[in-house]
Amino acid sequence: MLSNVGNLLLSLNILIGISIIFFSIKSLEDRTDLIGKNIYNLCLFQSTSIITCFFTLIAAFIISDFSLITVYQNSHSLKPIFYKISGTWGNHEGSLLLWAIILTIFSYLFLLINNKHPKRYRIYTLIIQNILIIGFLIFLLFNSNPFSLILPAPKEGLGLNPILQDPALAIHPPLLYIGFVGSSIYFSAAIASLLTDYSDKQFAQSIKNWVLLSWSFQTIGILTGSIWAYYELGWGGFWFWDPVENASLLPWFAMTALIHSLIVLEKRNLLYFWVIILCLLTFILSVTGTFLVRSGILNSVHTFANDPTRGAYILIFLSLMILASVFIFFKKFRSKNYNVNSNSKETFILINNWFMIFYLITVLLGTVYPIFTEVLSDNKVSVGPPFYNTVIIPILVLFLYFMSLGPQARWIKNQFNNLKSIVIILFGSILMNFVIVYLFESYSVLSNFIIISSIFLIFSSIKDTIKLFKNKDFNFSRIVSHTAFGFLVLFIGLNYNFSLEKDFNLKVGETKKFDNYSIKFKDLNLKVFKNYKAVIGEFKILNLRNNSEQSLTPEIRIYENPSTLTYEASIRTGLLKDYYITMSNIDRSDYYNIKFQKKPFMLWIWISVIIISLGGFLRLFKNGNKNY
Amino acid sequence: MGIKIIKLLTFVIVLFIISVFFISLNKSSFYNTKVLEGQKISGINLNHFSEDRTIIEKDLKKNNFTLINFWASWCGPCRLEHPFLLKLKSEKKLNIIGVNFKDKKSNAINFLKELGNPYNELAKDEFGRQSINFGIYGIPESILINKDLVILKKFIGPISKKDYNFIKNVIKKK
Repeated sequence: MLSNVGNLLLSLNILIGISIIFFSIKSLEDRTDLIGKNIYNLCLFQSTSIITCFFTLIAAFIISDFSLITVYQNSHSLKPIFYKISGTWGNHEGSLLLWAIILTIFSYLFLLINNKHPKRYRIYTLIIQNILIIGFLIFLLFNSNPFSLILPAPKEGLGLNPILQDPALAIHPPLLYIGFVGSSIYFSAAIASLLTDYSDKQFAQSIKNWVLLSWSFQTIGILTGSIWAYYELGWGGFWFWDPVENASLLPWFAMTALIHSLIVLEKRNLLYFWVIILCLLTFILSVTGTFLVRSGILNSVHTFANDPTRGAYILIFLSLMILASVFIFFKKFRSKNYNVNSNSKETFILINNWFMIFYLITVLLGTVYPIFTEVLSDNKVSVGPPFYNTVIIPILVLFLYFMSLGPQARWIKNQFNNLKSIVIILFGSILMNFVIVYLFESYSVLSNFIIISSIFLIFSSIKDTIKLFKNKDFNFSRIVSHTAFGFLVLFIGLNYNFSLEKDFNLKVGETKKFDNYSIKFKDLNLKVFKNYKAVIGEFKILNLRNNSEQSLTPEIRIYENPSTLTYEASIRTGLLKDYYITMSNIDRSDYYNIKFQKKPFMLWIWISVIIISLGGFLRLFKNGNKNY
Repeated sequence: MGIKIIKLLTFVIVLFIISVFFISLNKSSFYNTKVLEGQKISGINLNHFSEDRTIIEKDLKKNNFTLINFWASWCGPCRLEHPFLLKLKSEKKLNIIGVNFKDKKSNAINFLKELGNPYNELAKDEFGRQSINFGIYGIPESILINKDLVILKKFIGPISKKDYNFIKNVIKKK
């Protein structure tokens, strides 16, 4: 039953999409400046029916209707209700439905909110967006249908992969999708802008809130994925340069560049075509990421079951999108002579864009390089963290300095008359760095540079804040994000240098001492649970420097049927550092193998990223009061 | 003039990228493992899953045939091939070595707890590094070797009914 309802709604949505395009084209012919009521109603109807469609799928998951293949493969009747619901988008088909929803809702909201802009521009945006919607719906209906039936219906489902049953991961896809699927709306708007010659300042105003919205959500979405990797995969790391992580980072770089260059377009009417390129690029990269991940040509944690036809469809869709947008772009492109002073805010913002594009190209190359070498030379290579770290980190130092100086520069023509304070801040940061080295331990030259420049950014931002307060200007969003970025780099730098990892063997009652730590294996308890027995170790970690004590309880679980062992890590998250212990038994011995890790400032890495995105939301709320 | 070159270049690059993607798409579905057959594997050094030791070439010579199966608890198709692996477990002349790929230990153990453990020996490859040496392309994959460490067949994707019969036949012939 639910299958029929779902399929009906999907088909209905395609029809609505076609009729929206039809009525939109018709409304271009009449001479009024108003968009007809029928189009508004159709768009509202479209959003309502796709949401209903999604709720139908959620309902199927909640009542465990295993006659649907998607539910059968990804759910289980005994699963907690929270994970039954999150299972809806924890799979290929359901997540594509989420794609379609965001495309549709953004389309409707853009029509509704941006009502001060000319009709032709809005109608064209609507048409392009609906072409995208129809493309995805056809893919959904014919290739990745979440409502496909399985006959006869199985009694029990296969269950959601336990590794995916995690609160951070449950909210990760929706947040990330608002980010990179949301970028579709400025892709459509950019093409509409080219087609209707609606450019410059007004265009910038019409899309800037959408860019901010998607950027803020994208940032939070990447964060939740990273938190999940840290706690659930349990390797003690939070970023692995996995192809899928990269796929989410690529549009983020493009969006970040776009946010900055939009400011130039709005304030100075420059860089119009560059802004258009970034608008197009962001969504193209989002779809490319989806292609790389879903087609299965890259091997990663997110790879769903491989299906070549699926990849072929997305690739055809992607190719049409790229070729059409490149064609329209060149048709409308007029080279303009910009007179930009090399010492001005405009230049600094352009420098930000160069850096972003540099990062983007680096990560893109690292991600697709293995595919290219394999096709062209039959060599299999794997690009790992060393590549990204050596290319990206040294450049980061320069980037941080520009990021500190850029915001203080003036439009048109800048003069550095505050050279004295820059030098003072620089010396302050160097001093601070050596205080850290003196108090704790020394680290590599490159780490010194990174930490100095991140502190430089933080100090400069604080100085900016004071200046803003003096001028009674309360536009903090930029400073919030920039300062938080400085802190993020600082904490990652400190985390990298001050992490501690030790592997050793202990038996009950023994104590192991190293560096400033003393780890005591206090006790070993056996507890019997419903379906397993657990050997729970009790460890006291004594920090000899400040005499603080923590107790951790890693477990070895013994399942009876069939007899297997599982090792549960114990992670203690603290204000300044996380402790992490796993223990495993050694055959025919009283000794246990203990893996101990100290990870400083983990909590602050998460908080920094949250504050970075908070800056975006702040600006959004501020802009929300104005009506563009 | 300049703009024309840029236009041309953009189209060429875009077409190039798209065609590489298209080729690789087909490549992965028609991935040919014929060249691997008859080659000898060497330099085996896998970490044991739960014990503090490594699995080396000697361990692969213990039986007439060895099936090295690369799997992970997060991999859906691995569930499909699992019944066949369990059936193969009863073959006396076959040694099955599992390599747990980029997985969390507890999840891997849960997976085996739920579906049964077909492996005579279990190794782990937490970061997917060692599996590269075996030319592992995706998960699941399996390599059938004989006592001389010569690759008889490589199976891309889950072991199917057909693959299962193939393995049984190879063992029977001996």
